[in-house]
Amino acid sequence: MLFSRIHASTSRAGRDLLAVAVIASAAFAAVGPASAGAVTLTLYSAQHEQTVDLLTKAFAKATGIDVKIRSGEAPELASELVKEGASSPADVFFTENSPELELLSEKGLLAKVAPATLASVPAADSSANGDWVGVFARENVLAFNKDLIKEQELPASLLDLAKPEWKGKVAIAPTDADFLPLIGAVVALKGRAAALDWLKGLKANAAVFDDDEGVVAAVERGAATTGIINNYYWARLRVEIGADKMKSAIHHFAGGDVGGLINVSGAAALRASRHQDAAQKFLAFLVSKPTQEMVSGLDVSFEYPLAAGVAANPALKPMSELSPPKITLKQIGDDHGAAQLLREAGLI
Amino acid sequence: MSLSASAAEAIGGRGGFARPPAALVAAALAGAALVLLPILVIVVQATEIDARAAAALLFRPLVGTLLLNTISLVVAASCTTALIGAGTAWLIERTDLPGRRVWSVLMAAPLAVPPFISSYAWVSISNRLQDFTGALVVVTFAYYPLVYLPVAAALRGLDPSLEETARALGEGVWGCFRRVVLPQLRPALLGGVLLVALDVLTEFGAFALLRFRTFTTELYAEYRIGLDGPETSLLALVLIGLCLALVIAELRVRGRAHYARVGAGTRRAGAPMRLQRMRWPLFFGLSALVVATLGVPIGMVVFWLLQHAHAATSPVAPSVPALLGATLNSLRFGVMGAATALAIATPIGYLAVRYPSRWTALIERAAYLTQGTPGVVVALALSALTIQLAPALYQSLALLAVAYAVLFLPLAIVSVRASLAQIPAALEEAARALGGNGVSVAVRVVLPLAANGLGAGAAMVFVFVSTELTATLLLSPTGARTLATEVWANTSSLAFAAAAPFAALILCLSFLFTWAFANRLAKAAYDGWA
Repeated sequence: MLFSRIHASTSRAGRDLLAVAVIASAAFAAVGPASAGAVTLTLYSAQHEQTVDLLTKAFAKATGIDVKIRSGEAPELASELVKEGASSPADVFFTENSPELELLSEKGLLAKVAPATLASVPAADSSANGDWVGVFARENVLAFNKDLIKEQELPASLLDLAKPEWKGKVAIAPTDADFLPLIGAVVALKGRAAALDWLKGLKANAAVFDDDEGVVAAVERGAATTGIINNYYWARLRVEIGADKMKSAIHHFAGGDVGGLINVSGAAALRASRHQDAAQKFLAFLVSKPTQEMVSGLDVSFEYPLAAGVAANPALKPMSELSPPKITLKQIGDDHGAAQLLREAGLI
Repeated sequence: MSLSASAAEAIGGRGGFARPPAALVAAALAGAALVLLPILVIVVQATEIDARAAAALLFRPLVGTLLLNTISLVVAASCTTALIGAGTAWLIERTDLPGRRVWSVLMAAPLAVPPFISSYAWVSISNRLQDFTGALVVVTFAYYPLVYLPVAAALRGLDPSLEETARALGEGVWGCFRRVVLPQLRPALLGGVLLVALDVLTEFGAFALLRFRTFTTELYAEYRIGLDGPETSLLALVLIGLCLALVIAELRVRGRAHYARVGAGTRRAGAPMRLQRMRWPLFFGLSALVVATLGVPIGMVVFWLLQHAHAATSPVAPSVPALLGATLNSLRFGVMGAATALAIATPIGYLAVRYPSRWTALIERAAYLTQGTPGVVVALALSALTIQLAPALYQSLALLAVAYAVLFLPLAIVSVRASLAQIPAALEEAARALGGNGVSVAVRVVLPLAANGLGAGAAMVFVFVSTELTATLLLSPTGARTLATEVWANTSSLAFAAAAPFAALILCLSFLFTWAFANRLAKAAYDGWA
């Protein structure tokens, strides 16, 4: 009725619109996809979009290979890739974390990475099977609002945040892909039951946000006392706000606590890709020294470079001064258990 | 939603032919089947889960919280939109409020502001406006026109003599309103409120930004972390069940009462009620409403346009090529979606108008089911289906167009129906009697006469498609970004300044196309009910 009311009063305009629609749809249908011949890579990317834009543009300039980007959260893209299987249109998958790549590796969907590419980064930061390569790394930290809490009052361990005394003082983003490796690490180091208890404690204590950007913004404005994030969200906010105006700071978990986990961002070529050479070129490009230097030199990404001999952005605490837990990427797992635990804890 | 049916009857009267051609029935059935397909996929996926696991999944505190959140927001928003929608309609249609013509445009205009844009505006003003309060504010201001428009139309159609009789028989102002006016407004009011309730159930973008968790936002959250198995389908079924319950409840409450005017001749316009001392306070009240519904979104977008967007915190840089590309894609998708929706809606609408029966009504009703299915559910179902059965369609523009058509089919059907109902059946009969076959009658008689209505319907679907978010996020071909997805990419990372240029373009696009309708609506308001 609402709409019929609108249509009851018509004029020539309606007819003209219909004509325009018909002509325009025919015109659009006539414009097909880009001309064949030159290779275009399809990249499924969960990385920071502006960083990926910079990377793909530089890659196209260096090699003449264009890259089409499908952006999304890594777990959703991984789940899509699993469903697509052998018919996947993707050539390369680039994530912010290792578990999604581990999942595809387990399913046998990844092609082996060229040995020279793997050799550019420490062996521990790539797949043990050699089917994905580590590209960048980030540190898990606890952001805190300096007006609301002193650094010495912060917990020694990430697991302490589940204790009753932290009720109402924590912010988390459990459905951010960056949170899932943390769950995987807690399971690997403390066992599944302890991980479930930890998540249940967080459910009772924490304000829940959709992503780490929301968490760090809440801590900065004082809506949350502390927040579990990856370090670069805070570093990016600092660039925007200015270091002297920041009301928040970050706390590095020490002594090998699970809270100081290093997340590895990696990339892989899909086995189903029909552009294996170009895909391998892209992987090699990602870990090449010039690329890694370019990204580290810009105040956009704030990730640790993994290629040997490339200095990290000076805004970051040097990698050598961090004390991450002793854990392999294989142990962190493939996110499946993590998502299941979130459900059991009632966080999703 | 039989409100469309009653409108069509009111406009065109019944003009049925004996038996529908098989091709027409087949086309209409195919359209209805296409709509039911995603729901069928969800049902099949959900049945993969065994009963015990299903119970464990459904009977847990989180689902209770989601139900409570969702239902309480639906109830609260139904009340607020009913009050504001019906109140403003009465003020503008029935009182001596100054500037009625301008108000009637301003009251309908918020329909052109996508809820995730107004949510972005409110969230970026103050973070206090989150959770329930923020969600209620945003949906009330976004959706009250859905009540205002039908109630205003109904008020224009009321015969003032009924009220005058009631007053003459001794009823007071309020008694007259309660016992005479309100019962007559019931179909319009309930129809409008039902649309609000369904939209609240399926809204995603606005609530995600406000951190208000409903079934729809939860479904998206699960999808985001890679959970798209039978458990997620089961949760989607709960949501679809809620929508069905609403549609059925509305049918029951509305009942079968008849509200048509008895007697021939032209309806007389009633004397507007004098607001006297309340005239200017109410005038400023309406002005405040316009500030909240239009001023805040437009003002905040302009404010953020003037702020600096730092690359580190902005997922998508608002560069000229990005803006141009996204605008072109929004336009392109809008045109495709509108054309597809219209193509599917036409046989269904034609069948319903020319061959009214229980069966044709059933086909039409089936098409309305998707009104209560969120975009994320339709998109996931279509994506799963094409990966397995039609890989050529996977991530294709064609599939996206189908998804849009499924999501906005009810809009298209309503307009097809209304424009066809206005064509006297006798014209088609005459054309046939003169030797025309089905095709030539359709092309030479029906199409030219219906073109106005069809074009208007297409434009309406176009606006909704070009600002659609979730199905676009999930199904658009790799690399094809729209204004809506770019706004989302930025706002969901709190990059408000980087979102602003994209949001400004959405508002321009949407206002431009809606302007044609609002303008005509205001004109119609004073030309009288056609």
